[in-house]
Amino acid sequence: MKHIIIIGGGVAGMQCASELAQQGVRVTILEKEADTGGKVKNWHKLFPTFTPASDVLSGLRHKIAKADNITIKTGCEATQVTPNSVRLASGEELSCDAVVIATGYTLFDARIKEEYGYGIYDNVITAADLEEMFNKNDVRLADGRVPRRIAILHCVGSRDEKVCQRHCSKVCCVTGVKQAIELKQLFPSADVFNFYMDIRMFGPGYEEMYREAQQKYNVHFVRGRISEVSPTIDNRLQIKAEDTLTGRPLKIGVDMLVLLIGMRANDMNTTLETDSGLQRQASGFMQPKDAFLGNAESNVEGIFYAGAITAPKNVAEALCDGATAALRVSDWLRNK
Amino acid sequence: MINFGFSISRPRVIDIDRNNLNKSKEIIAEMPELQACIGCGSCTATCTAGNLTEYNFRKVHTLVRRGEYQGAYEELNKCMLCGKCRLVCPRGINTRGVIMLIKRKLGDF
Amino acid sequence: MKRSSWTDYQKDIADDHYYYARSCIRQNFFPGSEKVFLDILGKKLGRDIFDDPLHTSCTGIGYHSDVVPLETIMTVVARQFALMSEAGYENFTSSCITSFGIYTELLATWEEFPETEEKTRENLYKATGREFKKPKNLAHTSDVIFHHREEIAQKAVRKLVNYHTGEPLKVVEHIGCHYAKIFPKSGIGGSEFPYVLAGMVESWGGELVDYPERRHCCGFGFRNYLVQANRGYSIANSHKKLESMAPYKPDFIVCNCPGCSMFLDKWQYTIAEMEGITYGAGGTGIPVLTYEEMAGLVLGYDPWELGMQMHQVDVEPLLDKMGIEYNPSAKYLGRNGKYIGRPERAIVNSCSEDTIYKRRF
Repeated sequence: MKHIIIIGGGVAGMQCASELAQQGVRVTILEKEADTGGKVKNWHKLFPTFTPASDVLSGLRHKIAKADNITIKTGCEATQVTPNSVRLASGEELSCDAVVIATGYTLFDARIKEEYGYGIYDNVITAADLEEMFNKNDVRLADGRVPRRIAILHCVGSRDEKVCQRHCSKVCCVTGVKQAIELKQLFPSADVFNFYMDIRMFGPGYEEMYREAQQKYNVHFVRGRISEVSPTIDNRLQIKAEDTLTGRPLKIGVDMLVLLIGMRANDMNTTLETDSGLQRQASGFMQPKDAFLGNAESNVEGIFYAGAITAPKNVAEALCDGATAALRVSDWLRNK
Repeated sequence: MINFGFSISRPRVIDIDRNNLNKSKEIIAEMPELQACIGCGSCTATCTAGNLTEYNFRKVHTLVRRGEYQGAYEELNKCMLCGKCRLVCPRGINTRGVIMLIKRKLGDF
Repeated sequence: MKRSSWTDYQKDIADDHYYYARSCIRQNFFPGSEKVFLDILGKKLGRDIFDDPLHTSCTGIGYHSDVVPLETIMTVVARQFALMSEAGYENFTSSCITSFGIYTELLATWEEFPETEEKTRENLYKATGREFKKPKNLAHTSDVIFHHREEIAQKAVRKLVNYHTGEPLKVVEHIGCHYAKIFPKSGIGGSEFPYVLAGMVESWGGELVDYPERRHCCGFGFRNYLVQANRGYSIANSHKKLESMAPYKPDFIVCNCPGCSMFLDKWQYTIAEMEGITYGAGGTGIPVLTYEEMAGLVLGYDPWELGMQMHQVDVEPLLDKMGIEYNPSAKYLGRNGKYIGRPERAIVNSCSEDTIYKRRF
């Protein structure tokens, strides 16, 4: 029986594994963390349908549990990849007939954007922190109070050459709109301001959700990037931006600032380039063989890609990628 | 007081904390569709008055929503109520209604 | 406040043997500061520092006012470096933020565009017959004080605390735009959470005030304030900062940059005379100190020896708070006891009783 190694047990990797297993190949998932689920396991609800992230994961886990030809190895970090072998951090080497890399992305470290004071001011949090608060059903300020005014800042660590992240992370806009709605549902009398550069509503139902945020939930949208966050005497945050649609600087005190941190390429991608001969894009994400007809293949025969390893993607796209990669792998095995 | 030959420039900043947002909130509550503006500028592009004067409907209503009421009423007086802006608005905002509402709310401002 | 990020911005500061470059503005408005800096370094800390009478202005004021071209300022800077090399020094320390910004910027320019360095060498040689070596270490004088802050704390005769209550003094710091906004890496703590003055304040027992407009420019901006008609928006920047810091009731402001010290001090007088507004406690202004003056007070220097009588905003309320003894009648006596004249009474020093004015606090 052919053996395929999937590196990364996030949604793309899990989807790919279950599709491959149905085609009768043996699959091993290597997950570096203690549990599968990747970034999605820390998320509360998914846009634009507000589907609980756990529903998607339990669906995938159910499919995987049904298959008897999938092995999941957690706590395993792959350090070297060839089409026929994967070396682990432990030194162990696994042999295989093909490899699917589904290692996803790394969340941008908001501390690098010093001017926003993440890690310095108590009530500056990231979108990921907010999801965790939603999960614990415990959204509040550091001192326990309820926020009366919240700002959400788009493009933190995206479209910003100052932090070497020139690309658009794609999903932050819609996440910001989703989180604004969730915050308004929790705190109907609070004012929520989204500071954006462009609103990129690329998926089905997104634009409709944006309009709902504006009209039904009265979320304020200010086109302008926040340039500076400072503490105020009453322990709030003063934010400076330009209201570019009126051409005037704008200043506002808020209780909480949510930073929509972007997706950046994994550090490991440089190793994939140097050690495995795989091509990277300028953004640091891996380069698929072809943007249209070969987007699940790498430039190295026998190594395939699924999910956000090649570019920022949403959950639906990552799932779709997982299935595509499985098809490409079985095609390749058949024709080899 | 000494005259130094200059005076302290007043800040141009829109200070949301200092602005009284009550009127703005009333206006949005009566016509929530105004919040759906995406700043495309179609209204101003086609505006009869805006092509001949400094009048810019998009800017005026955005400022009003931020609590900047000074001069809005006078600006909106430039509108001829021709209705072309309502025809072009991609978000279906009743722009003429907005103009009448802001004027009514800010009349005594 | 959780502030550890300053540790990401460290730079090498030489420990000894400095070539000293003075500041145009400070020599006129805070003349005691440079004198006491040399005294602290030489006598209190036993370091070797050379105050060279041959060096000139860096021409930064002219450069930033569009009257001195880039090539000229490069040659002037090259001459300062040549003087340093001739005197046998490798560590350059400048007393002025604008000069520091210019030295940093020109060294980076020469690095990026070596042909400009070649051209400068040629210009300097043609004009003066001199040749120069680039400094091994470039530091602003506040970096040097920061470097020695713990040693100063050990020699201190008093702390930055209220003598009567024992509470730490609340200090507003202002580092000046050209210190770290041009190259954040060249300033201790970077530009967002600067630590060069904050570190001194903390080491000497004071408490830093982090207020909303902390990072805002004082409005100096050279060509802007030089033209009378433009001063309205220049002063508006200091006004904005003062309005923002006043609610914290700071005991004093400490500045890094000659222009900022001058502006934040003198504009308080101007604002008080124009609008009748004062920002300090008791209807007076907030005293503005240079970091050398702050170090001098901590080390027990006499305030008049530090040149503090030259301030627009009277420093006596601060001296009283710190329990510093001084001779009021000696305030306007200069060297050899010669009377240097005294300023007219001003609203900012709450002297004019027949004027109606507003107190912010």
